[in-house]
Amino acid sequence: MLSQILYALPFLAQGFAVTLWVSLLVVVLSLIAGVALGVGLVYGPAPVRWAVRIFSDTIRGIPILVLMFFVYYGLPAAGLHLQSFWAAVLALTLFKTAQVVEYVRGAVGSIPKGQSEAAMAIGLTFRQRLTSVIFPQALRRFLPPWINGVTDAVKGSALVSLLGITDLMQAINQVIGRTYEAMPLYILGALIYFAVNYALSYASRRLERRFAFIRD
Amino acid sequence: MGYALNFNLIWRHFDKLWGGLLLSLELAVISIAIGIVIGLVLAVWYVSAGRVVRGIIAAYVEFIRNVPLILLVYLVFYGVPTVVDLAYDAPTSFVLTLSVYSGAYLVEVFRSGLEAVPRGQLDAGKAIGLTPWQRLVHVRLPTMLRITLPALSNTFISLFKDTSIASVISVPELTYGAQWINFNTFRIVEVYLVTTAMYLVTGYTLLFGLRLVERRFRAAR
Repeated sequence: MLSQILYALPFLAQGFAVTLWVSLLVVVLSLIAGVALGVGLVYGPAPVRWAVRIFSDTIRGIPILVLMFFVYYGLPAAGLHLQSFWAAVLALTLFKTAQVVEYVRGAVGSIPKGQSEAAMAIGLTFRQRLTSVIFPQALRRFLPPWINGVTDAVKGSALVSLLGITDLMQAINQVIGRTYEAMPLYILGALIYFAVNYALSYASRRLERRFAFIRD
Repeated sequence: MGYALNFNLIWRHFDKLWGGLLLSLELAVISIAIGIVIGLVLAVWYVSAGRVVRGIIAAYVEFIRNVPLILLVYLVFYGVPTVVDLAYDAPTSFVLTLSVYSGAYLVEVFRSGLEAVPRGQLDAGKAIGLTPWQRLVHVRLPTMLRITLPALSNTFISLFKDTSIASVISVPELTYGAQWINFNTFRIVEVYLVTTAMYLVTGYTLLFGLRLVERRFRAAR
């Protein structure tokens, strides 16, 4: 049993690399899109605010799995042919973006109105107000939940196995298909996911304590 | 772009979606009921326990929270029966998984709820001569439940969405029904539009319903 698992380790490592790659792409892309849409939600004109609100509430109201199947099977019908890898990344990114939008709204909303009024009073432009006054303060509120939410991206990436992408989850299932050693391999997989996510949530808790001195 | 929407085949097989939705709700309700029992018992135990028990409960919570649900679903359905002499069908297996999963989230909810019960209430209970058990059942738990009600509704709604993972072990819930129609009729866009609408309508109806319940209990204070 042990020798079979040792034999499978390089294959599992490859799957793990795919898991990390998917998670990284999703985290980076959703950060960019989420901050842009989040700023739109807080400062945008009414149509933008409404569009972002509907986007976020719709995405957060359905299971990721349904969103993923919708994107994967539905896009070709709309004339867009993506590789399954990119369809999966797109679906997970849409989901994560909606989360980031809410973190941004919460973080920016927690900055007292007096701050932007003061910035306006000394003649800063909108862009200057955002980059020099609001964002540096909002960052402390944004970081802890965001880092904690990175664990959701890593956990969510396990769903890409359902589109036939050989991530860690799929690699484990394939090794089990060969060796019939279900329990040891699932436990090994669980421990790998646990190690990554626990480190992330630990970092998030440390940061939260670091910023605990800030009071509303 | 030669794709024309046609919902006829969806309505013909709508029973797959409707039956699936009912099963999704059923799975979520049973799982949260068991999860509440697990969460309550462990939370009450946690706040009065020594370091070893606390460590074990914390390990359970952290383990579940940091592992993908889909892996836990596979582990319970395909893994556990190979080492324990147990036989269960896929829906039972999934309910088992989701109960243990929600239990881990609810321990945290209830534990922080218990800690949020004002000290004065417990002292007052002591002052009028309630036994520790009476203080727990008549003072601590009711106040704690009122405090945690919003978190409980959120957990329930996210469990309802998590039931879609049951499709990977062929439990015929809503997502499974959608995939069945997808593969058998190829009305892909239509079936996922209808399924999305069903998840949204059910989820937001639950949300508003539960918010009304919360408001009622807050008023009863």
